[in-house]
Amino acid sequence: MAKSNKPIVWGLFAAGGTVTAFVTPALALITLFAAMRFSPGMFTYEHLHAFAANWLGKLIIFGVIMLSLWHAAHRLRVTVHDFGVRSDLVVATIVYMIAAIGTVSAIFSLLSIR
Amino acid sequence: MSRKPYIREVPKTSWFFRQPRYMRYMAREVTCIFIGAYALLLVVAVKRLAQGPDAFQGFLDALHSPLGVLFNLAVLVAAVYHSTSWFNVTPQAMPIQRGEEFVPGKMIVGAHYAAWAVVSLIVLIWGV
Repeated sequence: MAKSNKPIVWGLFAAGGTVTAFVTPALALITLFAAMRFSPGMFTYEHLHAFAANWLGKLIIFGVIMLSLWHAAHRLRVTVHDFGVRSDLVVATIVYMIAAIGTVSAIFSLLSIR
Repeated sequence: MSRKPYIREVPKTSWFFRQPRYMRYMAREVTCIFIGAYALLLVVAVKRLAQGPDAFQGFLDALHSPLGVLFNLAVLVAAVYHSTSWFNVTPQAMPIQRGEEFVPGKMIVGAHYAAWAVVSLIVLIWGV
């Protein structure tokens, strides 16, 4: 195999690592509040639907989800190796498959929000 | 070629318990499980959002459980650890040169923490 897909997956890993470093703690705090029913009304269907109905909102949601998934998938692939599992092809196939399914699901969901 | 090459014994699954440095490396790497699981939670949330108000209310009700609170708490801790470990190595990941001098690492890290605070504030004002 002459070509490698390493630049692509590493690029997604790096971009995802940066985006998640900036936004995931705050997002997790929001959903933690929602789980505790401590949201003064913003984490609601109306608010989120209005945000996702907008093309810019769709793009932001898609970017965060897609990059989080591919960042985690690539790092998990390496981490599983560090835990002593040496069947990289199987591991890579599983983690990238999950990331791909999540990405496609998010696209379909977002496109159906109008 | 020597007939008896020296092979250092390294336990395959527990090597990282040997040194605090290795433990910190593993802790940093393991944050990806929480980041990934949280991304999948967001995938489900967007799907329920697309299905309508009732489906989304069902999602919120499912989230409102001891498990939901515990999961989000674990993600929060892991995500903060990921952010700090990610920003702390930015001077090595992208050194910035000004003329002959390199910009001090503390400034690059500090700028990232400042931007993190601003972004977090914006996200929290949007979502809480």
